Amino acid sequence: MTVAVEDLEDKDLDELIANGSLDAVKQESVDPETMIQYYRHLFPWRLLFQWLNHGPVPQKDFTNREFAFTLPNDAYLRYLSFQSWEELKKEAIGMCPSRFEIGPVYSMNPRDRKTLRKASFHPLQKELVFDIDMTDYDDVRTCCSKTNICEKCWSFITVAVQIIDVALREDFGFNHILWVYSGRRGIHAWICDETARSMDDRSRKMIAGYLQVVAGNPQGGVRILNNLKRPLHPHLSRSLDILKAVFAKVVLEDQDPWVSQEGLESLLKLLPSEPLASALRKKWEVDPGRASIKKWSDIDAAIASGNFDLSPNVIAHAKQDIVLTYLYPRLDVEVSKHLNHLLKSPFCVHPGTGRVCVPIDIDGMNSFNPLHVPTVHTLLNQLDQQSATQSNIVQDPPSAPSSVEDSNAASSTASVSTDLDPYTAYFRSFSNNLFKSTTHNKRKADPLDF
Amino acid sequence: MFRSTKSRAVERNRNFARDVSTNVSYPTRLNFYLNPPHEEVSIEEFETWAIDRLYVLGEIESALFRNKAKKELDMIIKRVVDKHLPMGSNMARVVKGAGLDEERRKDHYSHFILRLAFSRSEELRYRFLRAESALFKYRFINEEARERQNFVDSLNFQWNAVSKEEKSQYLSKIQAACQRNVENESFFKVPFIKVPDLVERRAVFVHKGFAYVPFSEQISIVIEEFEKNLKLSLENTAKALPRLDEDDRLLPILNHLSRGFVAPEVTVSAAKPGEVTADQVDSLVPHFPLCARHLHNVLRKEKHLRHFSRLQYGLFLKDIGLSVEEALIFWKRSFSNVNDDKFNKEYRYNVRHSYGLEGNRKNYKGYSCQQILTGPQLGPGDAHGCPYRTYSLDNLVTALTTLGITPDSSGCREVVDAVKGRHYHIACTRVFELTHPQKGTLEESIHHPLQYYQLSTGRQ
Repeated sequence: MTVAVEDLEDKDLDELIANGSLDAVKQESVDPETMIQYYRHLFPWRLLFQWLNHGPVPQKDFTNREFAFTLPNDAYLRYLSFQSWEELKKEAIGMCPSRFEIGPVYSMNPRDRKTLRKASFHPLQKELVFDIDMTDYDDVRTCCSKTNICEKCWSFITVAVQIIDVALREDFGFNHILWVYSGRRGIHAWICDETARSMDDRSRKMIAGYLQVVAGNPQGGVRILNNLKRPLHPHLSRSLDILKAVFAKVVLEDQDPWVSQEGLESLLKLLPSEPLASALRKKWEVDPGRASIKKWSDIDAAIASGNFDLSPNVIAHAKQDIVLTYLYPRLDVEVSKHLNHLLKSPFCVHPGTGRVCVPIDIDGMNSFNPLHVPTVHTLLNQLDQQSATQSNIVQDPPSAPSSVEDSNAASSTASVSTDLDPYTAYFRSFSNNLFKSTTHNKRKADPLDF
Repeated sequence: MFRSTKSRAVERNRNFARDVSTNVSYPTRLNFYLNPPHEEVSIEEFETWAIDRLYVLGEIESALFRNKAKKELDMIIKRVVDKHLPMGSNMARVVKGAGLDEERRKDHYSHFILRLAFSRSEELRYRFLRAESALFKYRFINEEARERQNFVDSLNFQWNAVSKEEKSQYLSKIQAACQRNVENESFFKVPFIKVPDLVERRAVFVHKGFAYVPFSEQISIVIEEFEKNLKLSLENTAKALPRLDEDDRLLPILNHLSRGFVAPEVTVSAAKPGEVTADQVDSLVPHFPLCARHLHNVLRKEKHLRHFSRLQYGLFLKDIGLSVEEALIFWKRSFSNVNDDKFNKEYRYNVRHSYGLEGNRKNYKGYSCQQILTGPQLGPGDAHGCPYRTYSLDNLVTALTTLGITPDSSGCREVVDAVKGRHYHIACTRVFELTHPQKGTLEESIHHPLQYYQLSTGRQ
């Protein structure tokens, strides 16, 4: 079941994506057979385990963790748990889920939840998560629509990540933030610091509320929540500085949202003065197709003419609000608010695109291109080509002192290199850092240590 | 020799309880209730202290539910606290002396007693927490500044004062977050987890895991801590409850207390018999609360009432002033399909029994709302109980319509919301307010059908 897609040039691929027909081409290709091969040879099970377990030997962080499988027939199995990564891998190969999700660590093994009182079974810890999806930007992107994405609209995500990431690190002091591509048109953040994992629902709601500025508008698009008070909170000033720097390129040039009649009307609606809006409308009526970047400076020119009784603050704030409306991260806060929310695991394969949900190195975020993320087929092809020339199968050296090597040695990842390697390498170093800080904390807390 | 015997005898007669109690000190009247009390108290003290506190909490809950404005809420709390749970400040020690410690002891004990009573279900815990939190907030805010500071210092929060240097380093950011000039205010650094409300609203500057909180926000932080502690303690108490090594004295009291979590039982005195005659009853129905009105309607419609319905309605009529002779006339006329002989044989005795003229001669009083709500379940054809509880929502709305409350009005919605929240006495109170606009809002909620009647007719 090789697919012609693999042989396509990038530009042809882009075209397929742009006219929305890529999905149709791919549909039959991410089938259970493919997934079994992927799970058997490519998926980094041990790394996933190390990331979740916070240690080399299985402990409650992993063994009491809920997993949920979505099976090929769309059945959804919850409250699965595993004693080791080998067991998880075996079950995945056996059941071949099209995707699986990670839930919280519970107070007991989820599989035993019915044996004791209801109240004894409750969630204890889970990483704080955020979800940003391109669909929420549909009203401001003109380059693509529906399930398509391109480099231009992906910039919205890039800039959103910048804002959220700096807020989480600078304001809340979090250090271990894993950004994971969602496989098609979005991105997830997993905040793995110990303090974040133990946060209750109220605290998660607090952080989501702190970060949230825009929310869906019943009339379509988004609106600013609660009329931002001035002077702006330091987080908002900082965000605005980041956004202003890219607004011209990302919105005005790449999207040109106000060139159409409908587009310019949506801009005029956001202006604080009706006379100003009318004047601008008149000016643009005689110049159809005037670029958005020019229209943006028209606003300032109109104010400078002094014909409108507006204090300079009012228009400055209105322009700030416009920048925020178009560019500020659009979060799905429901995902973040609850400790027991399940989220797709890193390294799953997106069934619609075949792309792997890879973790993205935050240092390389600006150059990340979702269209260059390896697909499961590319990877399997690479494996096929290389295993033919392999003579030795060398074990993956363990990244942390681990126990006895597994019996899956023969069928696990040999030291073949695929396009997945940079992503697994990053994931390994991320888990290592997390592990070190956790151990360090544990050692600090133990008074008997000397 | 004899002198030493005497002094030893005096020693032996010492009241140990009293001695021990003077060792427990209550340095301020504010209390986080972290440590449970240790000494013995009598059963009477156990019950009366708890009931006094219950009055206070019940009134607070009632006022909270009716969305009273802050000023009104404070007035209500002040009134009920001064009456049932007075707490003098340290400055009053000169006047009150040891009485101050007694007040604080009562506060301390009653809180813990009610903890036992209210920990057993999630709903009770939530309601208890809410009322206690409002009470604490009232007392904390109204406490004198120095006392308050002493109290907060004793709590040992992780509060670090922000140094002058640090404050000037971040001054512009702090001011932007607080939206006002804060040059003269001192700030505290608190882990951001501790102030979720402030952080969520972006009301404070947050940096590297700490929120920079102005002194004026101290209140909200202390209250959050209070609520957190209490919530945890209640849950722990609930877990420990089954293992209570208890005899039969306390559990009945605790159960009775938790069911009595309703607005206080202000004594309602029944009218003198003879004020109302059998003929007048029909004309007085507009003044009846829904329970009595329902019973009356069913009686008129069916020309009959079943046993518990007769009991509830009969005692109500007695309360409003129907004498036994008038009652007999009333019931005989109402049971128009029953001939005289049958009436005398089957019903007359029971009517007289209610008035204390037969059997154990007990002069029964009309049932309070509390008693009606916890009374016997309804069987087929029964009409007793509290209609706000027994009616389906549809029937209730229909019934309200006959009272003049239209289904779409906000008033109707308020009543329905109260019923959904199982706050039946509040529903009844609201109905009273809606049907008696000239009386304005009631100060206390309805807790007795007779109270409703008396308020309506203006007879107190």
